[in-house]
This record gives sequence, C-alpha cells and structure tokens, in this order.
Amino acid sequence: MSGYIKDIITGLKSLVVGLQITNKEFLTKPITLQYPHQSVKMYPRYRGHIELLKDTETGTHRCITCGMCEKGCPSGSITVKSEKRPGVKGKVLTAYILNFTTCSLCGQCVENCKPEAIGFSNEYNLASTRREDYIFDLLQRLHPEGVPEPEVDPELLKKELEKKEAAKKEGAAKKEPAKKAPAKEGGASKAEEKS
Amino acid sequence: MNELIRLLAYMLGLAAFLGLNLAYLGWVERKGAGHIQRRTGPKDVGPYGLLQPLADGLKLMSKQLLIPANADRPLYMCAPILIMVPAVLLFVAIPFGEHLVPREFNFGLIMMFAFASVGGLSILIGGWGSGNKYSLIAGTRAVSQNVAYEIPMLITAINIVMITGSMDLNEIVRQQGSYFWQWNVFRLDKSILMPVSFLVFFICSLAETNRTPFDLGECEGELVAGYHTEYGGMGFGLFMMAEYANLVIGCSLTTILFLGGWQCPFGLFPGPHWFLIKMYFLIWCFVWIRWTYPRTTFWGLLNLSWKYLIPFSLVNLLLTALFIKVF
Repeated sequence: MSGYIKDIITGLKSLVVGLQITNKEFLTKPITLQYPHQSVKMYPRYRGHIELLKDTETGTHRCITCGMCEKGCPSGSITVKSEKRPGVKGKVLTAYILNFTTCSLCGQCVENCKPEAIGFSNEYNLASTRREDYIFDLLQRLHPEGVPEPEVDPELLKKELEKKEAAKKEGAAKKEPAKKAPAKEGGASKAEEKS
Repeated sequence: MNELIRLLAYMLGLAAFLGLNLAYLGWVERKGAGHIQRRTGPKDVGPYGLLQPLADGLKLMSKQLLIPANADRPLYMCAPILIMVPAVLLFVAIPFGEHLVPREFNFGLIMMFAFASVGGLSILIGGWGSGNKYSLIAGTRAVSQNVAYEIPMLITAINIVMITGSMDLNEIVRQQGSYFWQWNVFRLDKSILMPVSFLVFFICSLAETNRTPFDLGECEGELVAGYHTEYGGMGFGLFMMAEYANLVIGCSLTTILFLGGWQCPFGLFPGPHWFLIKMYFLIWCFVWIRWTYPRTTFWGLLNLSWKYLIPFSLVNLLLTALFIKVF
C-alpha cells in the first residue's frame, strides 16, 4: 500500500518535472535554421564538389595540367583540357571539366594534386532538373567574369620563336611547307618535350 | 419568426465557432509542438502560418476518395460522418454564457456522456469497416480505452451532480460562485478530495479524446495511423476535425463542471469570455501534455484506470456523500 501511494507521488512529481522542461523549451527561441531563407555556414572541412583554388599571389589557379587528377579519378569524372601558348611556361589550362553526376566525392583527385590546385568547395545548394547542369567547367566557376590571359614572358617568347624558326627551316628543308598550322603545333609540342 | 431568426443566427455562430476552432486548433497544436521542440511550426503560408489550415483543407478536399477493396462499404462510408455528428451535436448543451446557451435542459450532462460514447462506437465502426487489421486493432483498443475511462469520468461527474443536485449544465455553473474558491475544484467543504477529482476528470478527458499519452487508438509506430489508416482526403479530415471537436467539448465540460464555466474568478464581469479563457487554457494544457509525454503502454493505460482512477473516484464519491450528509 505504501508502494502504491509512493508510486502516485513520484509519478505525479515526474510528470510535473516533464511539463516544466517542455515549458522552458517552449519559451526559448527556436534553434532551427529556416533553410531556404537562411543558409548554413559550412565548416571548412565539408566535402562539396571539387573546385580550383585561387592562389592569392597570382589571383588565378595553380593547375599545371599534369592530369594526375584525371588519372586518379575512379569514376572518370574529370577531364583536363590544356594547350600550349606561345611565350607561356608550361601548358595553359583551357577547361577543367568535372562531371558531377558520376563523382562520388572520394577525394582521390585532391589527394593526387601535387600543386594543391584543387580542393573541396563548401557548395551544398545543388539542385537542378537538368543533368547538364552538373557538368561543371571549374575554370569558368573560378573566373566567372572571364578567364584571365596567362602572362607572356617576352624572353621565353623570343626563345620559342627562335626555336620555331629553326624548326621551320628544318621542316622546309625536309618537306615543302604545305600546311602551316600543324607544323606550328608539332613544333610547339616538340619544344615542350625538350623543355 | 423572431425565434427562428435567433435560432438561425445561433446555429450560424456556432458553426463558425466550431469551424474556426477545428481549423485553428490544428494550427495551435502544430505551433505548440514546434515551439516545444524548439522549431517554429508552420510559418510560411500567410503571416505566422495562419493560412495553413486553409491550405491543408484545400489539399484534403482535392484528394480522391479511395475505398479499399475489402472494406465494408457502408460502414466505411458512415464512420467519419458518425464520428462528426455527436461531436457537433454536443455543442447544443454547452452554456457559453449565462444566457448564451442553445438549449438549456435538465439532462445536459447525461446527454453529453451519451453522445460522447457514440464517438467511441464510430471509431470502432471505422476500424472494422476499413477491412484492415491495423485499423481493427486500433478500433478495439480505442473502445476498450473509452470504456475503461468512462467509468471514473462518470463517477466524478456523479460527484458534481450530488453536490449541485442538477444535471443542467447551466445550473451547475450557476451554483458555483463568482469567486474561484467557490468553484467545484476548490470546494473542500463538499469533499476534501475535490482537486483530486478534478485531476481524475482531466485525465479521463485526455483518454476519452484519444490524445497522447493515451492515443493508443492511433499510435503511429505500431498501427500505421490507427483507425483512420485507410481513410484519405476529407474522410481523414473529418476524423481529425472530430478529434479537435472532442477536445473542445472535453475542455468545455471540465470548465463547466469544475472551473466555474462563465463565472469570473474574482467576481467581475462574468460572461462567455471567461468561459473561453478557461477552455482555451485547458486546451493549451492538452497540447502541452501531448508534446511532453510519450505514449503509455496499453497495460499502463488500463492499469492507471482500474487501479488508480476508479478507486480514487469511488473514494471521492463516498466522501462527497458523507460530507453532504454530515454538513
């Protein structure tokens, strides 16, 4: 019988405690984030899709177009397009295409990147009805206002021109100069291979 | 002619009151739930989400009514109507103010309980008619729960009838004085267990309206959605609305029997506003309780009724009888 009365008293007490707790919570401000109206501040280690990082010194990316990311990608989501420009050391990145529809966010590309040119973005607001919207050109995303032209080193340009001339002469000696453009390209790649 | 206009006006007013309550208690509940869980609740449809009930209603009405293949068609169809009718009908006896009562008659209290039982029956009909095992289990649960809790509720109501000597709801209110210590909750001169009696009645009305922590008839975890699992669109809407109508009625009845109805606690300006204040406070308590406590087990539910509420209400009944005889 004493247990019975005790049950009632402790039971009622605990019920009142419960009500007090909810009342307290009711009177405090909601902590939910009103998502479409507000957005979350993402933590720096959040793994969004990859992006080209901006180098603070040069104001552009650090990609040397080595293609290690492309090779390392298990899903084949990355395509690096580059070309040789006259007077510029190394290759110039023309497009860095990420097919985000197949990307599994494993981060192999980021691991592989020697110059630390790519990293994870904090982007999480990705929604679209079209598949094409997920094929990103990361270079365009880095420079939406227009990709800046790489700096031309006059000395290098001079050297290259000399080499080209020499190659031309060599080519002319071997064959007649039928097409100029392929000869030029071939020359450039040769020059690059040497360098 | 004058009487007819009065009748029509009252019916219109009552329908508006009922409709607004049924729509906006849902809003209150969702807002309350939200803030108790530190969310905001509905807020995008209209200012503070005030148009949310309208949007919900439109959505429910635009849904196709599907009848399950192995449902008992007539029962399935009539259950939502049957649950709504007593819920609306009961407003006929509720005295909102001293002169604001649709029909003042001697057996208001009896009528309340009689029609409230029809609510339990229609839940069983809905559960049976759906042709779904979950609905059926929920229906039987709801009925056994209603039966178990009607007993202490009725015994407690008998206390009040013994004290006031009337079953007329307006008379019961009139006999409780215009100061709060003259209300039935605090009338210790009639029985020292009166506050306990109030508590018993309150708990019973929680259980009778099938609300958490006693919502075993519609526990989502085990029984999908209970007796209205198979109902879609406005069929479900009617069940939902009937639940809120029962909530309003339960709180009104508690207000009338224990909290002095339209009487002011300090003897100032008695009237319908006091009735509404008390009623909405009780409704708020219901919402508060719903979002505080987890659901009881079925064993706990029946245990509470048979081992705690019924003995207490019986003791209270004896005490009241004794007090009336002695003093």
